[in-house]
Amino acid sequence: MRKNYELEKRKYIIGGFIVIVALVYLVRLFDLQINDAKYKQSADSNAFLKKTVYPSRGLVYDRNGELVVFNQPAYDVMMIPRDVHPFDTLDFCATLNITPDDLNRRLDDMRRSAGYSTYTPQRLLAQLSVQDYGRLQEKLYRFPGFFIQKRILRQYNHPTAANVLGNIREVNADDIERDDYYSPGDYTGDLGIEKSYETYLRGVKGVEVLMRDAHGRIQGRYEDGAHDVAPVSGRDLRLSLDIGLQMYAESLMVGKRGAVVAIEPETGEILCMVSMPSYDPTLLVGRQRGVNYRALVQDNSWPLFDRALMGAYPPGSTFKPTQGLIFLQEGIITLETTYPCSHGYISGGLRVGCHGHASPLPLKPAIQTSCNAFFCWGFKAMIDKRSKYGTSAAAFEVWKHHLVSMGYGYKLGVDLPGESRGFLPNDRFYNRFYGEGHWSANTVISVAIGQGEILATPLQIANLSATIANRGHFITPHVVKEIQDTVMPVEFLQRHYPTIEARHYDAIAEGMRMAVTGGTCRRAAIPGIEVCGKTGTAQNPHGKDHSAFMGFAPYQNPRIAVAVYVENGGWGATYGVPIGSLVMEKYLTGTIAPERKPMESMMMNSSIIYANTQR
Amino acid sequence: MPIRRDNDAASVFRNLDWPTVLIYLIMVVAGMVSIYAASYDFDNASMFAADEFSGKQLRWIGLSLVLGMVILLIDARMYETYAYPVYILVVILLAITPVIAPNIKGSHSWIEVGSMRLQPAEFAKFATALALAKLFAGYHFQLNAKVSNYVKALAIIFVPILLILLQNETGSALTFLALFFVLYREGMSGLVLFGALFAVVIFVVGLKFTEGTVIGMPSGQFAVMVMIMIVMVGMSAAYARRLEIARNILVGMFGLGAVVAVLSACGVTLPGLYVTVGAVAVACIYVVIEAIKLHRPRLYAPVAAAVCAVVFLFSIGAAFDYLQPHQQMRIKVALGTVEDLRDAGYNVNQSKIAIGSGGFLGKGFLNGTQTKLKYVPEQHTDFIFCTIGEEEGFVGAMIVTLLFLGLILRILSIGERQPTTFGRVYAYCVASYFIFHFCINIGMVIGLCPVIGIPLPFFSYGGSSLWGFTILLFILLKIDASRKSVMVY
Repeated sequence: MRKNYELEKRKYIIGGFIVIVALVYLVRLFDLQINDAKYKQSADSNAFLKKTVYPSRGLVYDRNGELVVFNQPAYDVMMIPRDVHPFDTLDFCATLNITPDDLNRRLDDMRRSAGYSTYTPQRLLAQLSVQDYGRLQEKLYRFPGFFIQKRILRQYNHPTAANVLGNIREVNADDIERDDYYSPGDYTGDLGIEKSYETYLRGVKGVEVLMRDAHGRIQGRYEDGAHDVAPVSGRDLRLSLDIGLQMYAESLMVGKRGAVVAIEPETGEILCMVSMPSYDPTLLVGRQRGVNYRALVQDNSWPLFDRALMGAYPPGSTFKPTQGLIFLQEGIITLETTYPCSHGYISGGLRVGCHGHASPLPLKPAIQTSCNAFFCWGFKAMIDKRSKYGTSAAAFEVWKHHLVSMGYGYKLGVDLPGESRGFLPNDRFYNRFYGEGHWSANTVISVAIGQGEILATPLQIANLSATIANRGHFITPHVVKEIQDTVMPVEFLQRHYPTIEARHYDAIAEGMRMAVTGGTCRRAAIPGIEVCGKTGTAQNPHGKDHSAFMGFAPYQNPRIAVAVYVENGGWGATYGVPIGSLVMEKYLTGTIAPERKPMESMMMNSSIIYANTQR
Repeated sequence: MPIRRDNDAASVFRNLDWPTVLIYLIMVVAGMVSIYAASYDFDNASMFAADEFSGKQLRWIGLSLVLGMVILLIDARMYETYAYPVYILVVILLAITPVIAPNIKGSHSWIEVGSMRLQPAEFAKFATALALAKLFAGYHFQLNAKVSNYVKALAIIFVPILLILLQNETGSALTFLALFFVLYREGMSGLVLFGALFAVVIFVVGLKFTEGTVIGMPSGQFAVMVMIMIVMVGMSAAYARRLEIARNILVGMFGLGAVVAVLSACGVTLPGLYVTVGAVAVACIYVVIEAIKLHRPRLYAPVAAAVCAVVFLFSIGAAFDYLQPHQQMRIKVALGTVEDLRDAGYNVNQSKIAIGSGGFLGKGFLNGTQTKLKYVPEQHTDFIFCTIGEEEGFVGAMIVTLLFLGLILRILSIGERQPTTFGRVYAYCVASYFIFHFCINIGMVIGLCPVIGIPLPFFSYGGSSLWGFTILLFILLKIDASRKSVMVY
């Protein structure tokens, strides 16, 4: 092989290059490690305490700018075990108001806890009282290795809306595993907006680098805070709730179980969202949180269960408007179509009862009088119309898809955790139950009037009300109106159009108007305001019928849509209608007309006795 | 000439380059110990516990040794024969990796094989080296003979670079640029390396010194313009084979400088940008005229260099904006224009503190506090050198540096003693990779280079990197061990 000696010399260039680089690196290492004392000093870990600075959590305001949730400081006693020198334990215990046994027990617990290390800060005591904090702060210099960590707790201006506001709790091992942001002892949102808006509310933690002497005493900030990281406060939230309306609705629901949901139809903003029984959110703040939380969990009236969005109830007659819409859309009926009602629907040996009113009757009066027979006949006409759909199962699927588009059967996507999807049966459900081809309209007739297998949340019912108020569209309901310095997620801004054409909604709205002027919900009438409404009286396996109401007002350009559900309240007109109309009146006029005061006080003072085992 | 069939296992071990093997073994063992130290958290398990990083690394090392043995037992000629198929296979693997790889920290570069995660980019190193060596070993192949030879060589280098860039692994991709050392050794003009070096200088000076102004332009830009003139002077002198041209440019430069100085002393501010660019332009025109007069086309080189340099200088800003924000930040931190101790600068600052606190002899094994207390991120992977610097001090860091220097020089000398072009080019490829990883990794840890996430060979935790470099090195050892059995004619 021919050797090219000219090129071979280039090995010296390459070799020389790497030798020079190595030399430069060695000089640099020498400079860093031997010459410059700065780094040695910096690294002397004894000299440093990296203290986490907690950002203030975002505040929560209601739609009118009234402060609802704010922060209060709390103080934890922390220690770095490696830095603790023998200290006067009796003095320490006296300062903190604990017994030496208590101290030893806490130390043992700490050592056994996950994530224990003698090098990192460990928590000895949580949430000192202000007095204890003051006493300890003065004597802290006597206890090297201990320091006080400031944390943020929540405080509430009104004892209301616990289900929406939620609360904060200490993180558990799962939280820390799931999200790098958390370290033991941090707080995270639990329930309500505190949970669903956690990433906005929490902000970003900061760090303060403090210098200590050999005895662990703080000597000041390192390099005047050049290495500190300032915390970033959490973003404030502005709720769509009207906190006054919320408290008013809660007062009407006292002594009853159920839910009230009011929505501003144009925006999908939830104006109030009551779940009863409720609790004071301040119960879940501070050292008593554990005890109170356990009590709430064990309370057999389920106060932690947000009935407004977790409770799946038979919607009863509030469901009938959906049926009218589907029949119109599918061309099963026109506005002139009439069905007979002979105190009920009688077909093939089956009887669904009804009450006395004119017969036969078309759609609008059927809604006005809440005629069971009309909707049963319509349902039968649709489901058994083999000429159009082929089979009952196929017809049922069409029926179901319309309902899904109106927000039933699936979660609406409200910005709160734990929403239930309600229940809509599909053809497979009935095929499994009755066998394929062995069921028809009459087999499942009760779904036509919102009974049977159908379940809906009060939120879904309110959303239907808003959809009718808007004459054919809705915006996903949400409780947060604005996030500070951020735009709202697009899903809370865009309109959803159900598969029903807008023109069909007018008849339904008119029927609901007629129900107030001369039908089942006459008590909903508010002087000077055209109210629309629909009652519901839902049979259920838990005893007395549930009382339900769905309505909106004013008739033209509605500003509020509401749904009320009172467990075992009897007729829709008994509780549902008065509570719903009072909430609308309060929101629209800011007051209650004198002639309606008796009704108001009756609602506020009436209670329902519940057997304690049900949910 | 007789062909010796000298390929049995015994002869392999007889002819093996034991110094290299020794350095290799020292490095992997030291690496495992460092990983143990880096991930040790005080109340901790044994170094060999299977679920610790060090235990896992031990498993990787065991497998590497097996791999090394297998490589040594394969007939050396196989590597040359199958160079292209291996290369193509790896390229295909690189191409499908972004598609089948799960997203791990924003990068799609890991494929999962059973419970193992492998990074194909690490295996592209040896495949590319084999392919490049095979190309150069072609009959009568002379890099400078045809332009197409450059095209082929550059294609072999840049295909993996592009594919790895698609996986969002900029660091690994840049590694292959080191192969320009190989091209240089095989005949590429030194001007390319010089040009690259000059470009880096322009980049650093142009970006770093933006504070002060000289005759109305940023001092860094002014300095670069002066440098460009000086380079022109030097190149004209070298290419013209006479000194008049260079002298004339120099005289003009000083004359202009004097005029500018006098004018600014009198309070007249000149538009510095036009003056300097104009000066370079005039010099270029002068050199072009001389080139035509003297019939020396080589004199166009200084003109081309000057034009490129000026264009480059004024496009840095735009080019810089094209980088991703975190990359911009890392470069600024390395240049020292931004002292961001919290964010991008945090790693480097913490790693300097950790190393700096080591002192002469270090804090002792497992006694490092900076790395233990998780001040230094990625301490068991890219920043492993920190742990060594902190716990073993200047002595330890120096030993590691010298080990790498020794390894690289040894590989270069192995390269030069190869009787075949294939062996030599392969050796230079191996050396180039080590040079790049050594320079960048240690450079970033001690704050002299921007942070580019590539591992320190044999030290950083990770199976792919260890396997990749082991394969790279052991193929070289095998080729070297059987060099006496190849036909030499």
